[in-house]
Amino acid sequence: MPTATYAGTDVTVNDEGFFEDPTQWTEAMAPELAAGEGIDTLTDRHWEVIRFMRSEYDAKGTGPTVRILGKTSGVPVKELYQLFPKGPAKQAAKVAGIPKPRGCI
Amino acid sequence: MGDTIEKVSIIISKGSLDGIYPGLIMANGARAEGIEANLFFTFFGLDAIHRKRMEHIKVATVGNPGMHMATLLGALPGMSGIATHMMAKKMHELEIPDIPEFVEFIGDTGAGMYACKASVDMFDMTEDDFVEQVQGIITVGEFYDIAAGGEIIFT
Repeated sequence: MPTATYAGTDVTVNDEGFFEDPTQWTEAMAPELAAGEGIDTLTDRHWEVIRFMRSEYDAKGTGPTVRILGKTSGVPVKELYQLFPKGPAKQAAKVAGIPKPRGCI
Repeated sequence: MGDTIEKVSIIISKGSLDGIYPGLIMANGARAEGIEANLFFTFFGLDAIHRKRMEHIKVATVGNPGMHMATLLGALPGMSGIATHMMAKKMHELEIPDIPEFVEFIGDTGAGMYACKASVDMFDMTEDDFVEQVQGIITVGEFYDIAAGGEIIFT
């Protein structure tokens, strides 16, 4: 299993760079993770999505798909794509240190 | 990485429920992965973006062996409606949106949507018949320009 270092701490990630163990994640790691996704600055709106991903994962054991994000996060779909252009659910999951959401829809 | 898909163009040519959903799901899935996606609606596939028709898309119960239903039974009045209703119920349980909502959502994800000019002319339709997510009525040549550099999927 590959390891990566964020905010000076070693973490276990899978081949795609998603956290294997979400408990290893801290908020201090998010800016570096975001930079790896081509997102230079994390705005309050980014953080709203990231925290929502974490709480959904904590509650359900899986991250939400883009559609569920759009319906329940309070950030509309169009804006989600402005914040995370390469796929909001996927990129936000990576920055939030949770596994990649697996829904088809 | 290297071997990744960066862009897809999906052609939807059929007007049945089972003809439309796969293309929409693939476009949606592409956008979820951050892949550029364009949808091109042609022939009966135009019903998927037709304001009045998109709410009435049905599953075919005749000539559809996948239904596992005798052809004569499938031809009974109302059978297609019943099968569609059952399928819609199941999809609703699975949080799969109906076609009008799905088209709007896919538009919001930034996918392009286009109607085929030859088909639009053939069915005597105009731009006003289509939902606002449709960016234009285009020719095959224009479609190839838009699709350039990506994969093309015909459904």
